[in-house]
Amino acid sequence: MMNFKEKIKALPGSWYFLLTIVLIYILIAVFNKEIYFASLYFFNQIIFKIIPIFILVFVLMTLFNYFITPKFIAKHLKDKGIKKWFFVIMGGILSSGSIYMWYPLLADLKKKGLNHGLIACFLYNRAIKISLLPLAIFYFSWQYILILTIVMITASIIQGILLNKLMI
Amino acid sequence: MKENNFKNSALKALKGLWTTFPMILGMIFLISLISVIIPKSFYITIFNRNLFTDSLIGGIIGSISAGSPITSYIVGGEMLNNGIGLIAVTAFLVSWVTVGLVQLPAEAAILGKKFALLRNLTAFFLSIIVAIITVLILRIIRF
Repeated sequence: MMNFKEKIKALPGSWYFLLTIVLIYILIAVFNKEIYFASLYFFNQIIFKIIPIFILVFVLMTLFNYFITPKFIAKHLKDKGIKKWFFVIMGGILSSGSIYMWYPLLADLKKKGLNHGLIACFLYNRAIKISLLPLAIFYFSWQYILILTIVMITASIIQGILLNKLMI
Repeated sequence: MKENNFKNSALKALKGLWTTFPMILGMIFLISLISVIIPKSFYITIFNRNLFTDSLIGGIIGSISAGSPITSYIVGGEMLNNGIGLIAVTAFLVSWVTVGLVQLPAEAAILGKKFALLRNLTAFFLSIIVAIITVLILRIIRF
């Protein structure tokens, strides 16, 4: 059984970040109430705006976790020719979870013939997250997100081709 | 028992959101504070609406930032609300999610040092190009 000290030590770094910010707020509350209340008001405005979006993000993440598994993606990454590029792009977009989880799988697929360009293309497309679209569209516009997605997919192919040439 | 049932998928999604929760909350607190303390006019001195310098600065800030893409959208969106140009925000968003300085040691160890360095370097320069092209296309469409 972990004691309190061990539990604190085991906390991820992001919790220390939050704790530091909360401490800064406490200090500001002591020295400048005007800034403190103005910041809290701003904070409330953002939070209430994004809570409904997060519910939608959660639903989409659940659906993606259910239908798209690493096994499913790895199976399609073995396709050949242009089809391979298509599945690498789709695989990157649909993949979820921590990037660290994907490195060993990609290293394994590299041994089985997946070239550097395709790995780079897969990693680049992980930046496009369908489950986060509601939040992205909320802050930006659907037009902007659509254009950005198309440009990023194109950039991922360019990066893949570049990496294939540079890694020789 | 089916390995990938719906309950597990929901729990995985919840766990994913919970992992990002302190970072998102902390970032929103920080953004709120910065928005109150720093006047909008200050950003104009850094981001002067120049196509190249704005995207370069946005790309550099995004590259050294770390965290979930959820956080990048919130930070990027609030940057935009504070008057920072769309090119800088786009370069910031793209480099945040495509350049991984924090993951670089793991990526280099598993996929190779040369690959990791080249991938991150090309991703950085592409974030600037992607930002410029995206905003130019958007301007043409909205014209």
